[in-house]
Amino acid sequence: MKPTDITNPEYFHKVVDCQYACPAHTPVPEYIRQIAAGRYSDAYMINWESNVFPGVLGRTCDRPCEPACRRGRVEEQPVAICRLKRVAADYKDDVRTRMPKPAEANGRKIALVGAGPASLTVARDLAVLGYTCHVFDGQSKGGGFMRSQIPSFRLPETVLDEEIGYITDLGVVTHYDTWVDSMKGLLERDYDAVFVGSGAPRGRDLPGLPGRTEASDNIHIGIDWLASVAFEHTTEIGRRVLVLGGGNTAMDCCRTARRLGGDDVRVVVRSPRAEMKASPWEIEDAVAEDIPIYDNHVPKEFVVENGRLAGMLFEKVEAVYDEKGKRSLVPTGEDPVFFPCDDVLIAIGQHNAFPWIERDIGIEFDEWDMPVLSRKTFQSTNPKVFFGGDAAFGPENIITAVAHGHQAAVSIDLFLRGEDVERRPAPGFSLVSQKMGVHEWSYDSAVTIDARRVVPHADKDRALRDRKLEVELGFDPATAYEEAERCLNCDVQTVFTDKLCIECDACVDICPMDCINFIDNGDEPELRQKLRVPAHNQEQDLYVSGPLKTGRVMVKDEDVCLHCGLCAERCPTSAWDMQKFLYTVTKAGSVCAG
Amino acid sequence: MSYVRPSFRHPQLPANELGLTRRDYEGSLSTLCSGCGHDSISGAIIQACFELSIPPHKVAKLSGIGCSSKTPTYFLGKAHGFNSVHGRMPSVATGANLANRDLIYLGMSGDGDSASIGLGQFGHVVRRNLNMIYIVANNGCYGLTKGQDSATADVGSVSKAGKVNPFEPIDLCTLALHQGATFVARSFSGDKDQLVPLLKAAIAHKGFAFIDVISPCVTFNNTPQSTKGYEFVRDHIEATGKIDFVPMKSEITAKYEPDFTHEVTLHDGSVIHLYKGDKELDVLDRRSALTAIENHKEAGRFLTGLLYMEPENNDLHDTLGTTRKPLRDLNEAELCPNNHALQVINDSLR
Ligand SMILES: Cc1cc2nc3c(=O)[nH]c(=O)nc-3n(C[C@H](O)[C@H](O)[C@H](O)COP(=O)(O)OP(=O)(O)OC[C@H]3O[C@@H](n4cnc5c(N)ncnc54)[C@H](O)[C@@H]3O)c2cc1C
Ligand SMILES: Cc1ncc(C[n+]2csc(CCOP(=O)(O)OP(=O)(O)O)c2C)c(N)n1
Ligand code: SF4
Ligand code: SF4
Ligand code: SF4
Ligand SMILES: [Mg+2]
Repeated sequence: MKPTDITNPEYFHKVVDCQYACPAHTPVPEYIRQIAAGRYSDAYMINWESNVFPGVLGRTCDRPCEPACRRGRVEEQPVAICRLKRVAADYKDDVRTRMPKPAEANGRKIALVGAGPASLTVARDLAVLGYTCHVFDGQSKGGGFMRSQIPSFRLPETVLDEEIGYITDLGVVTHYDTWVDSMKGLLERDYDAVFVGSGAPRGRDLPGLPGRTEASDNIHIGIDWLASVAFEHTTEIGRRVLVLGGGNTAMDCCRTARRLGGDDVRVVVRSPRAEMKASPWEIEDAVAEDIPIYDNHVPKEFVVENGRLAGMLFEKVEAVYDEKGKRSLVPTGEDPVFFPCDDVLIAIGQHNAFPWIERDIGIEFDEWDMPVLSRKTFQSTNPKVFFGGDAAFGPENIITAVAHGHQAAVSIDLFLRGEDVERRPAPGFSLVSQKMGVHEWSYDSAVTIDARRVVPHADKDRALRDRKLEVELGFDPATAYEEAERCLNCDVQTVFTDKLCIECDACVDICPMDCINFIDNGDEPELRQKLRVPAHNQEQDLYVSGPLKTGRVMVKDEDVCLHCGLCAERCPTSAWDMQKFLYTVTKAGSVCAG
Repeated sequence: MSYVRPSFRHPQLPANELGLTRRDYEGSLSTLCSGCGHDSISGAIIQACFELSIPPHKVAKLSGIGCSSKTPTYFLGKAHGFNSVHGRMPSVATGANLANRDLIYLGMSGDGDSASIGLGQFGHVVRRNLNMIYIVANNGCYGLTKGQDSATADVGSVSKAGKVNPFEPIDLCTLALHQGATFVARSFSGDKDQLVPLLKAAIAHKGFAFIDVISPCVTFNNTPQSTKGYEFVRDHIEATGKIDFVPMKSEITAKYEPDFTHEVTLHDGSVIHLYKGDKELDVLDRRSALTAIENHKEAGRFLTGLLYMEPENNDLHDTLGTTRKPLRDLNEAELCPNNHALQVINDSLR
């Protein structure tokens, strides 16, 4: 193998598993260290810079970082990254003075459709550069689905209001209660660019099912129902409620129903339990609120008695997989199952809809009626129009909407500066030695073996009586410290300088994880096989040095390195050094070098 | 500075026949200087014992005084150990071995411990052919007492203190060969590919197995003008041949190129393969080993690898005709034979 080029920031970026997995590439270990040091405001600002909604995300993020966390490869549970983010938001001081000020207006105006996380991110990134941003939303308040869908018992309104406030404080002009019904009309106004962050607002229905029309008074589309609860148009539901679907929306529906008078709430899902789309922790929380989940039940009929919904019939199925692993749900042949109920909430998915975008204004749509976009620039076939969030490629989550927003903001800025939107300015990075003395590091290199801390919950009876009472209480500072200590500092990189190595093997012998090898070079599959412990995790790279004195090379498998620094402590010549790597995603306003 | 090693281990760490991983053969975190050759020797011992699936409690580690003699703390934490007086490890090893012949005796010494203060003891333990592995971690200095030249320092070698050593060195391999050692090898701490199979062969060997391991003292004797520094050793090293150790129970699976010179079967049925070797050297011939060492010395090279072995030999127990059982396993009747037995002895002396 060729020596690893560590001057390419993508190499070490990948080693910081959580940051790499985060769509917005939040520098996780950097803020976790601030939390351990009790510097919550600093931790908050690091987050705010990257993901715009630390308080919201610290409670609601889908947390793709956690399954990626290295700790999960070393022991059972990853670091509670998401809940540590909340700690930063909960215990920070007043951060208003730390917020950036908008630059002087540059005379450019941008219209943003929808006030969800995608649009708000674009607005934040561009407002500070002097762009005038006009945000339109049909709802009476900003936040998009964060406000209309995510229930208050998971995300208190105050948290959302605060974080939207930081953005509107930048001089962003909001037009709430304003539904945009024509893109053509918008384009005819004096906007220099338009960003579409209108989400995926349509909930799927079961239109063909017998009884659907007759029982429609008691059948609700999950996301519409949740929005109606959020805006307090709906305040109660029947005693017996069936929730159809196995995703997070179903979990929010059933838990909300429990708080609105449903005392026999059941979730019924077609697929096997193990394949439910909802996050494991969402399922856990629903089950903890006495909500049973019936899997392998396919809806057959809404049963109507005396002109009113009386219950539902389901067919029992089992999952069968072909050689390619493709699943089909095959009826078991048992009698249909009847569940009596007063109301049904359908939470079986959402899709996009753009009835307000005319099809003759240069914005091309594909066969699935989705806008044709560049995945890199988020620009549509009308160069003035950009998309992001759920509106771009279908429903995802908040952090993805934020990540899209950042990239779209970069594109809009490049576009309005007359630059090529395809030529993206390079990400920023720094690599700084952490050496303080012979065996002293400026980061806490010791590795704790403590297990993941559990977030305490509010008393169940109280929570079920009050729709707005937040269930999760968050970590207290002491527990937050213990949890923060579990982070392995994956951004503190083991940097190897081959000319300094005397091949004394000290690092090989000390490394608790058998990461380091001195062997004859070969191609990658061969090297992977020859290591002290063969490197089977192909997702993790091998760090290969140039030839050493004996002709061998150093090969380090990054997979389970603890970043404990023992190799560097043991190295007599400082051929190993621990260096902190900080990767910053390209931001709007950056320019291309050269 | 870290004083503990995290207890996490690689989740796919291979296990040996006993179900133990390499990590089960470790000891405490070393307190030696970073980069000390001695730590690599510990690493090689861990690897060899792991590969041979030796139950750690079947090993007794014995040592004298010195940085090298401290190393038993850093490997085989579950083995027995005795850290004795400076230069006196051989007598403790002799006593222990005579009392219980069932353990594997691993002696760990330094060049100061064996070639200076302990030279007398060393000579005697060799000539008695005590069944043990005797390792000297040879750095040409007294590391523990801050790097004074030792008796193995080469003429002209310069340590950190800056003085040129004027005295002739003692070559412990030559001495061991002269005193009748039945297994003699030399190696380098920075060459685990060679050291690990040598250790395995030494462990399988019955009788006195001596390995002189050049082991740089990074702190006091790793100067460019030192003949025991990493750089000089790497530039002047030469091997008697590649060595492969095949334990008694295993099938020989490796393919050897036709030019291998030796295949030696050990007392326990294990086999050593020496290949791509030095054509001059016959490892079964003591005189040939001595000549090879001298020839290389003259050419300014270190000859490493297996130098000599005599698979069939009489160890101290054979010579003395001692009981087969460890003393602690003898019962009262065996320990106090009756009056008749005493009469027989007395009669034989009349
Ligand atoms: C029940 C539920 C729970 C969820 N829970 C989570 C969670 O816990 N964590 C998570 O990360 N994600 C969650 N999500 C997903 C997440 O809410 C979305 O992915 C995210 O909000 C998408 O952001 P966005 O900016 O693309 O659009 P949205 O947040 O959907 O905002 C779009 C906004 O545009 C407005 N709009 C649309 N068209 C027009 C128009 N023509 N004129 C004016 N206004 C318009 C809408 O009113 C809406 O306010 C959940 C989704 C649902 C349905
Ligand atoms: C009886 C006695 N004399 C002298 C000493 C001082 N002393 C301690 S270690 C040592 C030399 C150790 O040299 P070596 O065996 O080569 O070990 P190294 O530290 O080099 O590995 C000496 C002279 C002692 N501990 N005991
Ligand atoms: S251990 Fe810390 S730095 Fe490493 S992946 Fe997990 S949270 Fe990120
Ligand atoms: S930091 Fe060094 S010693 Fe620690 S696990 Fe990683 S490679 Fe091994
Ligand atoms: S003084 Fe020399 S021999 Fe002793 S531990 Fe340090 S490097 Fe090793
Ligand atoms: Mg010494």
